[in-house]
Amino acid sequence: MENNLIVSVSPHVHGKRTTTKVMLDVVIALLPAAIAGIVIFGMNAAILCATCVASCVVFEFLFTKLCKRPTTVGDLSAVVTGLILAMNLPATLPVWQAVVGSFIAIVVTKCLFGGLGCNFANPAITARVVMLVAFTGTMAAAVPPKSAEVDLTAYATPLSVLPQGLESEAVTAFMENTSLMDMFLGVRGGALGETCAAGLLLGGIYLVARKVITWHTPVVFIGAVFVLAFAITGDMTMALYYTLSGGTFIGAIFMATDYVTSPSTAKGKIIFALGCAVITTLIRFFGSYPEGVSFSILFMNILNPYIDKWTMKKPFGGVKA
Amino acid sequence: MSFFGIKGVHVPHRKHTADCHPERMPIPKTVVIPMAQHIGAPAKPVVSVGDTVGVGQVIGEAAGFISAPVHASVSGTVKKIDTMANSNGGTMTAITIESDGEMRPHESVVPPTVTNYEEFVAAVRASGIVGLGGAGFPTFVKLSVKDLSQVQEVVLNGAECEPYITADTLTMTDRAEDIFEGIQLLEKYLGVKKVIIGIEDNKPQAIKAMQELSKKDSAIVVKPMPAAYPQGGEKVLIYNTTGKTVPEGKLPLDVGCIVMNVTTLACIAEYVRTGMPLVEKCLTVDGSAVATPKNVIAPIGTSMKDVFDFCGGFKEEPRKVMYGGPMMGIAVPTLDEPILKNTNAILAFNDKDATLPDETPCIRCGNCINHCPLNLNPPAIAKALKSGDGAEIAKTKVNICMECGACVFVCPAHRMIVHRNKLAKAELRAYQTKLAEQKKKEEENK
Repeated sequence: MENNLIVSVSPHVHGKRTTTKVMLDVVIALLPAAIAGIVIFGMNAAILCATCVASCVVFEFLFTKLCKRPTTVGDLSAVVTGLILAMNLPATLPVWQAVVGSFIAIVVTKCLFGGLGCNFANPAITARVVMLVAFTGTMAAAVPPKSAEVDLTAYATPLSVLPQGLESEAVTAFMENTSLMDMFLGVRGGALGETCAAGLLLGGIYLVARKVITWHTPVVFIGAVFVLAFAITGDMTMALYYTLSGGTFIGAIFMATDYVTSPSTAKGKIIFALGCAVITTLIRFFGSYPEGVSFSILFMNILNPYIDKWTMKKPFGGVKA
Repeated sequence: MSFFGIKGVHVPHRKHTADCHPERMPIPKTVVIPMAQHIGAPAKPVVSVGDTVGVGQVIGEAAGFISAPVHASVSGTVKKIDTMANSNGGTMTAITIESDGEMRPHESVVPPTVTNYEEFVAAVRASGIVGLGGAGFPTFVKLSVKDLSQVQEVVLNGAECEPYITADTLTMTDRAEDIFEGIQLLEKYLGVKKVIIGIEDNKPQAIKAMQELSKKDSAIVVKPMPAAYPQGGEKVLIYNTTGKTVPEGKLPLDVGCIVMNVTTLACIAEYVRTGMPLVEKCLTVDGSAVATPKNVIAPIGTSMKDVFDFCGGFKEEPRKVMYGGPMMGIAVPTLDEPILKNTNAILAFNDKDATLPDETPCIRCGNCINHCPLNLNPPAIAKALKSGDGAEIAKTKVNICMECGACVFVCPAHRMIVHRNKLAKAELRAYQTKLAEQKKKEEENK
């Protein structure tokens, strides 16, 4: 052969986007809320973030080596999983439990199902739910912000107080201590990365601007949580507190938008987000757990293949076979 | 479907040659003219080795209804009639002519007599003109309409949505008169009442030239469209210019449209005026490996190598050379490939442009689904293909895929979606053939 011309199927020009760049964007978007979490809850939060990211990457690397498959840690998806998992943990969690959580997320939920793109449930959420059951004491701990001068044993997260109703003393006291602005900035009890709604919102806007995600899931999820809370409590302030509580923002912006485990079309995303909001609200108001974001997303993950099927677009000019 | 029409993908434009008026290249020493330059039956050679031929002489006769004649593009001597590999992986007959350098027109080249519809279609047939936008479908077949009242409008394709290519743009700016003559022929002989010219809005000069025409003839409507690939895909163009949906398995004519590339129409007008069939082609020569990108008028059958040499050769080693644009173009294994009737560009890429990222696992981001102009679902097609179940593949409607490559362009995992869709189509055809055979057998047994 006198030349070395490459012959391949068209197209011969590709877009610049890669999986790694997408994951990097998600990491960047997570940073404001993660940094806020470290500021609010202290160095423990930083240690947990580092632990989860490192152990997720190591577990994925070891698994692929063990299975003699090409290493996929370069795509940064394990970093994203680790960071989201850490942000879903209370800052006081023992480090070894975070490592166990990372194992569940990466090895059990992701790698055993075939790796990136093949898992049916969100790895970080599955790990969080498993840990909630396995390590109830440490996982459900109500960790106050460093700045709060409160009796640790008496401290409560918003969602454990709010259901007592607007007239109760506990809620009045809580609202006096924690203003809506505090709630928005994240100076309240909760998992280390879920409290700073402002930071999460910033990340969400970045992701939408970079076209990594579309607005449908976060807007519908958060909007519906607000509307449902308002419908049930009949009070605007209560509805705002509920919306800013728990994991609504991190769930709606970062976990319900996970490509692999959520629908592809706009219609599907709206159905998915509505389902998440309804289940979240049902658990918050009528369930025995104070928070329901993780459960709701996990449940909708299971329904995802069906939603995808129901919302498939109609081929252009297609006739029934 | 969205109110704003089918949205597309923002591919890079790279229309470097938009201001390069076509240059006629010197007569090549030899030309290799394939008999299969169109969709349908290959033409049948009607000359023998040693024959002297003139420019425009028929050297291959149309063989069947969907076929087109092939003409000598240079004057000279027939040197060889043999088999060569074609770019689809098959083989075809090609006639090699050694040029005498005179470009002497053959005596058969006289303006055809066109006084009615039948004579017009016969003239288009004799001209050897095929769809010059890329598909190469014999044009007279499109014009063979049983009931002329069926034709509500003609849509002229000036979208030229592929990156790099500017040949049609230059037809619109430099040969506007030919296009106007062509439109008048269509109005006169087909009774066409409305002609819509669809042009992407990144070609203001072409839009302006065509708007001049619409001032002379109120039947002409110029429709600027957003520069979003694949605006020039036939079904996309019809939808975005007329709002009509061509159903699966149907032709544009079934919804009252005839779609034609602007250059095709210009060539028809030229043939009716001069009688010179389609023997040369204006094409864009570009790509990162080409020394001086330009638009070139080359005789059909000129080797790619001769054309690249005319453009100053290569400034870098070419690693990928293709017919057509980078989105749907066909990569070729050698520079000996000839210029064909429907070649609107040849591109040569350097190592950097020729090396594409490796395929990584699908992350189900849905970009392909949300950018497919025809609303197909590539992951579902891939799944059906893997299952090997023909009925499942049929459900995905992969048969309507036009292989535009928009899905691959937006895929962060750089999945080989077009490749898989091609395989799925082949698998589907095999399944349908099998079904038809089974049905036939069952009927025989009854």
